[in-house]
Amino acid sequence: MYKIVKRRQLAPSIVLFEVEAPEVAKKVEPGQFVIVRHDEKGERIPLTVMDFDRIRGTITIVVQDVGYSSAIINQTQEGSAFLDFVGPLGVPTEIEKYGTVVCIGGGLGIAPVFPIARGLKEAGNQVISVLGSRSAELLILEEEMCSVSHEVVIATNDGSAGVQGFVTDGLAHILQQGKKIDAVWAIGPIVMMKAVAEFTRPLGIKTIVSMNPIMVDGTGMCGACRVSVGTETKFACVDGPEFDGHLVDFDLAMKRLEYFKDEENRARARLQCSHEGGNH
Amino acid sequence: MREKIARHDMPCQDPVTRARNFEEVALGYSEETAIAEAKRCLQCKKSLCVTGCPVEVQIPEFIRRIAEGDFAAAGEVLKQKNSLPAVCGRVCPQESQCESKCVLGIKDEPVAIGRLERFAADYQLARGKSKVTIPAPSGKRIAIIGGGPAGLTCAGDLAKSGHAVTVFEALHVAGGVLMYGIPQFRLPKEVVQSEIENLRDMGVEIKVDYVVGKITSVDELMATGYDAVFLGTGAGLPNFMGIPGENLNGVYSANEFLTRTNLMKAYRFPDYATPVKVGKRVAVLGAGNVAMDSARTSLRLGAEEVYIVYRRSRTEMPARHEEVEHAEEEGVQLMLLTNPTRISGDERSWVHSMTCLCHELGEPDESGRRSPVAIPGSEFELAVDTVIVAIGQGPNPLVTKSTPGLELNKRGNIIVDQETMETSKPGVFAGGDIVTGAATVILAMGAGKKAAAAINDYLKNK
Repeated sequence: MYKIVKRRQLAPSIVLFEVEAPEVAKKVEPGQFVIVRHDEKGERIPLTVMDFDRIRGTITIVVQDVGYSSAIINQTQEGSAFLDFVGPLGVPTEIEKYGTVVCIGGGLGIAPVFPIARGLKEAGNQVISVLGSRSAELLILEEEMCSVSHEVVIATNDGSAGVQGFVTDGLAHILQQGKKIDAVWAIGPIVMMKAVAEFTRPLGIKTIVSMNPIMVDGTGMCGACRVSVGTETKFACVDGPEFDGHLVDFDLAMKRLEYFKDEENRARARLQCSHEGGNH
Repeated sequence: MREKIARHDMPCQDPVTRARNFEEVALGYSEETAIAEAKRCLQCKKSLCVTGCPVEVQIPEFIRRIAEGDFAAAGEVLKQKNSLPAVCGRVCPQESQCESKCVLGIKDEPVAIGRLERFAADYQLARGKSKVTIPAPSGKRIAIIGGGPAGLTCAGDLAKSGHAVTVFEALHVAGGVLMYGIPQFRLPKEVVQSEIENLRDMGVEIKVDYVVGKITSVDELMATGYDAVFLGTGAGLPNFMGIPGENLNGVYSANEFLTRTNLMKAYRFPDYATPVKVGKRVAVLGAGNVAMDSARTSLRLGAEEVYIVYRRSRTEMPARHEEVEHAEEEGVQLMLLTNPTRISGDERSWVHSMTCLCHELGEPDESGRRSPVAIPGSEFELAVDTVIVAIGQGPNPLVTKSTPGLELNKRGNIIVDQETMETSKPGVFAGGDIVTGAATVILAMGAGKKAAAAINDYLKNK
């Protein structure tokens, strides 16, 4: 069992958990993920790591309630525990000195961008972060991102914080200032990552995205997490989760995420029934 | 004098009923049938059957105990050599191993050794724990990487020698392919877990959720005081055909399809949270045991038409005879000498058909089997909404990649000394699918056993 030492509600439906997993904490690097299973009947859910503390022996993850299993995870209270917590999985981010880098986080994607921005800053890069969300209410980890960036640009769809628009508008804003960008990290919904990749493609700026496809084991065994990258099929769990954004087939990735939608709706309906029955 | 009697069939669930449930297909011998079958054994002085068993079970001896009605003693005899007899009694290809050597088989049918093994092992499991005598500690520590058949067998044998054994398992439960691959209806998971419980009683420590190659490395384990390491990481990297359309929705690797269903119990969705989806018309590519398991699982999940699509003919099918027989009885259709060339989907990228090419058998290839040759112009469309790719697995690279000094072959399998199973890295042994490529449970167990003996010798001389 893996004890939850801290639970913090970051926004409606978004929860931060700090979890005791000393051996994972000793090895994890930015860009890697863990697999969490809440209970005996639970799914194995892949979650990219937001933070780690090698001395306290903890890993921090941020979870958005988007389906049955994430809803169950988010109801877990401080002091209780997750049944399984496996990691660190995937290939770490290639942190080196690039020059000026832009770290883009959209919605929940801000969480996995945080350790990457920190790592890039520590490696001597000039770090500009772009944070995007639908509204100010859903914007998470602003303070944390400020602490690991030289400059932060915020974009919300409704304009309730920062500039009104999308993260690509934030990116355009940086370019208008005449800054030369050497590399971009973009993590968030697939549509956002695709938009960023299309934006940077004609500019020839190296753009790394982090894919979060359907997964089961997370160790290369099942092949559910196939991502089409250039002419090759890659497994996000062992070859990624980070890939060259200019080579990823985002349209296919989006369609693959739809595969279990009906089942997801069935499971969610069941969750609502049990709410009405007062089981929670 | 031995009574002249025919080999006893094992009762099975009726095919129509069982094709729609996940209960075990084969129901096992009754005590009376077991005794009657055991009495068929000639008790040969020179027991050829034992030479056909990769773990050298003392076959005539355990069968004699059954014939005498001393079932518990039969179980004890099995356990001396085999850490997982209830598993082997169900999934070993006995027809090409012990039973193929049975003298009775020359003129008649061989003794049903596998069914008797299952009977005696189940008897013992049902009676609860047998007395475990834990030997005096040797003071040596051994790390086993991978809790599948090879690793568990190696662990059991080493624990019997008094070593402190830790099994590191990547998944949330030990058992490897016995848990994620082989379906409940062929090998109930409760049986696997009871066998693993016995290993724990012998003092074997099992650490789950532990991905060696990520959370730690083989070198680090050796540095923290393990005297030897056994690598039994298996064939955990699914092969795909490399044809267009393989990333469409509705195409699974057999590993994914079976892992969802078996390990994650998706057949009990939504009570269990992991879903699995099967359409009405399913094509399974390949004709090994994994393909048969996938096809039969598809039926049980509600598929209406299930095809095994295989490019060679029936004689070349690698699956156990019994699996093919059971699959056909249940309604699985064999589409032989047929090979897919493309999978096509609709506008949502969901599979709707597969283009296939008919073949005929040509000259034998390097495997000795007649190789299939495409018939020009024989292309046809097969309407399917689910495709399950069961054409084998490669070695999982997580451990081998993170272990410098480990010699691998071109395919990425670990090279070992065939006698000792020792790798190019001193103190590191390996066995099972990670060495041989995807093979059977019992061959992996045989390798685990051989490695355990070699590790014992290695530790004595260390």
